[in-house]
Amino acid sequence: MSSIVVRVKQKQIAQLIAKGKRLDGRGLTDYREIKVEQGVIERAEGSARVLLGMTEVMTGIKIEIGQPYPDTPNEGVLTVNAELVPLASPTFEPGPPDENSIELARVVDRGIRESKAIDLERLCVEPGKKVFIVFVDVYVLNHDGNLIDASALAAIAALLNTKMFKYEIEEGEVKIKPGYTPLPIRKRPIAVTFAKINDKLVVDPWLEEEQIMDARLTMTIDDDGNICAVQKGGSGYFTPKQVLEAAKIAKEKAEEIRKKLKW
Amino acid sequence: MSQKLEKLIDKKGLRLDGRKPDELRPIKIEVGALSNADGSAYIQQGKNKILAAVYGPKELHPKHLALPDRMVLRCRYHMAPFSVQERKSPAPSRREIELSKVIRESLEPSIFIEYYPRTSIDLFIEVLQADGGTRCASITAASLALADAGIPMRDLVAACAAGKVDGTIVLDLMDTEDKVGTADVPVALMPNLNAITLLQMDGILTLEEFEKAVNLALEGCRKIYTMQKEALKAKYIAVKEVEE
Repeated sequence: MSSIVVRVKQKQIAQLIAKGKRLDGRGLTDYREIKVEQGVIERAEGSARVLLGMTEVMTGIKIEIGQPYPDTPNEGVLTVNAELVPLASPTFEPGPPDENSIELARVVDRGIRESKAIDLERLCVEPGKKVFIVFVDVYVLNHDGNLIDASALAAIAALLNTKMFKYEIEEGEVKIKPGYTPLPIRKRPIAVTFAKINDKLVVDPWLEEEQIMDARLTMTIDDDGNICAVQKGGSGYFTPKQVLEAAKIAKEKAEEIRKKLKW
Repeated sequence: MSQKLEKLIDKKGLRLDGRKPDELRPIKIEVGALSNADGSAYIQQGKNKILAAVYGPKELHPKHLALPDRMVLRCRYHMAPFSVQERKSPAPSRREIELSKVIRESLEPSIFIEYYPRTSIDLFIEVLQADGGTRCASITAASLALADAGIPMRDLVAACAAGKVDGTIVLDLMDTEDKVGTADVPVALMPNLNAITLLQMDGILTLEEFEKAVNLALEGCRKIYTMQKEALKAKYIAVKEVEE
């Protein structure tokens, strides 16, 4: 990985950032081109494909009937899982989820859960017994950095696109009826990730920036401009001033990105 | 659940356990609590009871994971099955795997990892009883365990959470406040460098509330930092007394 060419390039990236520029010509707070395609997998109840520069993430939603958690008997269940598919990067290995994919899934989950994006109470079929379980499966198809933002965007895009089957209860059994209703969505949380390189914050780091960043900070913002999830990663640090600066930028950026979603 | 009806802050502005909004829970720290470990610490923060132990620097196994220019810090945050109300399966949960990662990343910036190429330090954290804010208390104890092991460090890492409960920004959330409250912001700080090494949040906060919560948590970290230093000194004063 650390061949001479890569080292030279990394040095260049860091030096440019110190001057307020980036190797791919973006400004420090610019995103790469974002493309969102909703409804790409017909078999899934909802789906979306997001391209963030060359980073590509697909998310599929499946809905099943199952048991609620004992502490929330009147609410449906949200489950987020992320797969770092081996075809997406030479550094991804097949096998059980590692800490990176677990962190990715949990950050995406936190954004959706804490912003109360899904009206889970409307997913209750029979209190304490039967509820809808919403499975959000994030599938990373090409890794070119900033998987969190791409995955979070793909997840909410897929949820907005999700159709729930209609049902009726016959003698305690749930019977599926023809036709669909949209999944009850209230908020569209957007994750905005920063990398700290050379003591400067850059938005939407691509892979080579991620390889040299000191630390990473993700802020998830809901439709009202509130912060609903934060995650710091990487083995560096941020000053309190940088954190608050990031929060302000994240609020602006989230509003921009949200326009890409069809609802 | 009827918990939503429960008042978390009373008319006098006091919390369920009688604390003021900006007050920490009682904290007791003991450095060198375990004899086998190279460094260790025990912390009680409210009803939290947590042990942290450090083994290393030592040769890394398996060897192919060793890095030529730095040491590898490995961290395992684990909760005992009896640490919570309903028995927790001893197998590591997704939450524990994420916390192990963020705790490791909160401590790494404090260690001169380049001093020990090809080696590893294993950090084990066992939550014996959980009462909200275990990741922060774990970091506070783990940083002391690293110092106790004699590992060269830039600063101690102190951690504390702030959050929003019943519309008020409060410091050091306990279990019920964490579960029923609106938001929780755990923060870890190297006070001498003014460096935030852990920052997470869940819940809903406006920008202004977030700023207030982070600042309150930082204040808490600084208070805990003073206690950490006292605990570290206390161990060596005790050693001196034995010698005399």
